[in-house]
Amino acid sequence: MNLNNLEMSETRVVAGETLVELGKTNEKIVVLGGDLSKSTHANKFAAAYPDRFFDFGPAEQNMVSVAAGLASSGKIPIVSTFAVFGSSRPYDQIRVGVSQSNLDVKIIVTHAGLITGQDGVSAQSIEDIAIMNALPNFNIIVPTDSVETKSAIKYAINTKGPFYIRLSRPATPIIHKNENFQFGKSELIKNGTDVTIIACGIMVIAALHAANNLEKKGISCRILNMPTIKPIDTNSILNAAKETNAIVTAEEHFINGGLSSIVAHTLSQHIPTPLECVAINQYAESGSAEELLKKYHLTDSDIEKAVEKVISRKIK
Amino acid sequence: MIGTKLNQNNITINNLTEISKKIRKNIIKMTHTAGSGHPGGALSSVEILTTLYFKIMNHKPIDPKWTERDKFILSKAHACPVLYATLAEAGYFPESELKTFRQINSRIQGHSHIKTPGVEMSGGSLGQGLSFGVGTAIASKLDNLKSNTYVLLGDGECDEGQIWEAAMSASHHKLNNLIAIVDRNKIQNDRFTDEVMSLEPFEDKWKSFGWNTSKINGHSFAELIDSFNLAKNQSENPTVLIADTVKGKGVSFMENNPAFHGKSPDDKELLLALKEIDDA
Repeated sequence: MNLNNLEMSETRVVAGETLVELGKTNEKIVVLGGDLSKSTHANKFAAAYPDRFFDFGPAEQNMVSVAAGLASSGKIPIVSTFAVFGSSRPYDQIRVGVSQSNLDVKIIVTHAGLITGQDGVSAQSIEDIAIMNALPNFNIIVPTDSVETKSAIKYAINTKGPFYIRLSRPATPIIHKNENFQFGKSELIKNGTDVTIIACGIMVIAALHAANNLEKKGISCRILNMPTIKPIDTNSILNAAKETNAIVTAEEHFINGGLSSIVAHTLSQHIPTPLECVAINQYAESGSAEELLKKYHLTDSDIEKAVEKVISRKIK
Repeated sequence: MIGTKLNQNNITINNLTEISKKIRKNIIKMTHTAGSGHPGGALSSVEILTTLYFKIMNHKPIDPKWTERDKFILSKAHACPVLYATLAEAGYFPESELKTFRQINSRIQGHSHIKTPGVEMSGGSLGQGLSFGVGTAIASKLDNLKSNTYVLLGDGECDEGQIWEAAMSASHHKLNNLIAIVDRNKIQNDRFTDEVMSLEPFEDKWKSFGWNTSKINGHSFAELIDSFNLAKNQSENPTVLIADTVKGKGVSFMENNPAFHGKSPDDKELLLALKEIDDA
């Protein structure tokens, strides 16, 4: 894979197109918009099937409870909005109405994480994985590119139960040739022996860059793409711990409660293993995606530093 | 009762009165046995549920998920004793199960939960039921069903902003198959509603959100029947019935008494209450 020549694509555009494709044959799909459908690309579904698209304006609490009512009536409602408005804003409605009732609601959010950029701290959802992971019954998927996004959405819509799918705003590199997403399983992106980098979302490509640089220093990195955050693939984490004896996690999320916490929990319960975490430590600010990733330590070189540190901590 | 549908045509107001007495007594017994629960707001809505389940709604207790059913959504889910007593009376589950209310391993929870046969929505966090009803009403229209959705709201519950988000969206999406009933018993958890948060002019608020409105006596079967029949036949907008009720209705020492919003009767109060209901 030539990392410097990858095709770029917006996961949110593919999400909109995928809903249109699935909506053609599955009449149960109903899309709910919160006055952000141009940005989430849910407007594509609205244009194709105006009878099955409903706008609720920026009133996300209502939108989520409406989705619960639709799901209880046999529909497959898609709540389409930005990550902050599809998780923390209507959290009580998600908790009581969707999670406690285990209803078939699919929350597909865009503009997640730091790289939503210049809109600033209120728009940057860096807590959503933690709060959604705290909900029994929910499934969480963080696709790494648009190919994985397409298959994740297909899987979620064809599977009973609540799903939270977390997508980005800007275009991101496509690393998958084929739709080979397997729910609940990590994907071996690169094999290696000295350390395993477990990453999700946009951090998978950063891990690949880091691994290439570390290779030159004689460090062999395994990379696991972890698109399914819940339920987590415990076996692949434990195998990585047994075989490489050191783990680095990389995620575009606050350090508390996200991928790093889940991996730490898994490791300490079964095979305590040196772990370093590349994650966000504080609220950020307005800026370009690139500037934010650099200032808040989510770059290739941050992963490299974490790898070198964890290797130095390996139990000899 | 075991047939496909309750035969509602022959039910008279006398029948409804008898059923409502039984439901009232079960509310008292359930909250007494549990040692907790919310009798006040359950008693105020007895006639509303009795009318819906025994005279108005199309439903099959033997098949709670029947696709063409009318749906009743208890948004003020703390008042669930009235729902459980009504569902048991209609045949959704055995009446003997009522004594397990709020106990471990029971299907009938402290706030209504979707796992109980006949309960459409999990509640307990106020303000969500009208939105849920918007969802079921939209689904009925998408499936070309004639079924209606009835949502019971508390008046104190209307302090929740989500109620008004839902109200706006119901008229925007022209849900004439959605009927809300506000149990206007004028008392909420702490105090009288006017002391906690002013609701008036309440009917005007609903009107301005695009709803058909009607103020009715929430304890009069005749008024309830007429109002529901009128509400079912609206051509465009959703309808709200603001049902004037008495909190704790039917038990003198509970009536209009904020103390019995969330307090169960003790042994002595149990006997007094049951006698009053019988004698009424």
